[in-house]
Amino acid sequence: MTISTDRLKTMFAAIAAAIEADKDRLCALDGVIGDADHGIAMDLGFAAARDATAALGNDADPTAVFNAAAKAFLNAVGASCGPLYATAFMRAGAAVKGKAALTADDMVDAFAAMAKGIQDRGKAEPGEKTMIDAWLPAAEAARQARAAGASLPAALAAAADAAEQGAEATRNFAATKGRAARLGDRSLGHVDPGAASAVTVIRAMADSLADA
Amino acid sequence: MQTKKIINDGAKAVEEMLQGVLAAHPRHIRAVEGSPRSIVSLNGPRPGKVGVVIGGGSGHEPTFLGFVGKGLADACAVGNVFASPPPDPIVECAKAVDGGAGILFAYGNYAGDVMNFDMAAEMLAMEDIEVRTVLSTDDVASAPPGEREKRRGVAGNFFVFKAGGAAADRMLPLDECERILRKANDQTYTVGVALAPCSLPQTRRPNFEIGPDEMEIGMGIHGEPGVERGPLRTADEIVDDIIDKIFAEMAPSRGDRVAVLVNSLGSTPLMELYIMNRRVAARLADRGVDTHATWVGNYCTSLEMAGASITLHRLDGELQTMLDHPCDCAMFRAG
Repeated sequence: MTISTDRLKTMFAAIAAAIEADKDRLCALDGVIGDADHGIAMDLGFAAARDATAALGNDADPTAVFNAAAKAFLNAVGASCGPLYATAFMRAGAAVKGKAALTADDMVDAFAAMAKGIQDRGKAEPGEKTMIDAWLPAAEAARQARAAGASLPAALAAAADAAEQGAEATRNFAATKGRAARLGDRSLGHVDPGAASAVTVIRAMADSLADA
Repeated sequence: MQTKKIINDGAKAVEEMLQGVLAAHPRHIRAVEGSPRSIVSLNGPRPGKVGVVIGGGSGHEPTFLGFVGKGLADACAVGNVFASPPPDPIVECAKAVDGGAGILFAYGNYAGDVMNFDMAAEMLAMEDIEVRTVLSTDDVASAPPGEREKRRGVAGNFFVFKAGGAAADRMLPLDECERILRKANDQTYTVGVALAPCSLPQTRRPNFEIGPDEMEIGMGIHGEPGVERGPLRTADEIVDDIIDKIFAEMAPSRGDRVAVLVNSLGSTPLMELYIMNRRVAARLADRGVDTHATWVGNYCTSLEMAGASITLHRLDGELQTMLDHPCDCAMFRAG
């Protein structure tokens, strides 16, 4: 089964709903090592992405959906997660340019492009206590699962599990990037809020496409 | 329990503040048509002048938008509370104040601001508008001396923006404006202390916990936890600690000239700031450092956070000329 434009719109709505439900927890996590607004920014961004993609006409292709999400997210939020997620969606859109609907391989490619986009924009490396610690293992897990013949839902489920483990591991890292970097060792023991929200995003994507 | 605030709707706090600001200062600033988060000076920008664009998150008022006016910043891109503005309003600011001599971006060193302003600079480059960027990095407590480029920008923004705005108003070319801004930043040192947290309008919950007898040294202006927590001390002891940290790096010599900023993070009153400044003045006099000018008050706040910061800005002839250059902004006038 291929993933249509409508399916992608539904996916963005599902991410928005999951982030909205998780908003307070994300703010609380950010309050420990940051400035307590991460849940607000993510909620604003995905609500804007949901609305902008929902407003697209039937002639929009998957690339148009990703681009609309990118622009809406960025302009609603700014902050750090604005450029990071906007770049992720633009790269996903570029990865599937010209396609009317997405195969399982296309979707895994788009997913990998999102992770790469976040890394390129934020210039973070693994182990620096950022959302990259969830996104990179997730993209790798999806790629490996797909290469081993897994279905798209299985590949995305593997990605979500890997993201969760990656986010959990950020407890053991001292932040060197982003605002928490100023805390150094005082950030030890706390999950990075950006990694935690990445898990929510990836899990929502996986759940939304579980029957794809 | 939610904190008490005089607001209508937390989600509309920035928009409603901007409406009030524009209503209060119609002779100084306007919003760009179709881009309400782009605030520009009515009297500053002109042909042949470098356009100075500042910006950052809301919640630090009068930083940033209060420093828009002739002789200081030409425009300010306004973000959500404690969040960088996105690229679009930054681009609109730059286009609105472009006098053909280039644009200077000046803002505090935060990952989000850097990404959004860099994206804006890339978009402007495609329209053949040259942009230079200077990040303020005055917060001594936020990284060790060898890693100044990692430090965040806090209340010292005031002196950095002032120097850049004056250089541009004196019609200096882009290279010179950039050089002077960088020099001003290199000579600016800030250390802050926080006593009580602030709360965002959207959450109305204290953004960190701190004991009744504790203070936090090195607190950031977004309520990020500081680098060191200890028991609350007297004003003189706090000032001594801050000044010792600044002197350790600045190493002022006898006869050096400085400008002083004693800044409230929000709810700490003028009485306490002036008690602090009494000790600052004594310490500077002891060291043989000449105080050229002093500002005391709310210059770079963190919503209603309790606490204060001290900034020393070392002057040479050129920086003193920039500091003394007149400016007339929505929320600040000098000269």
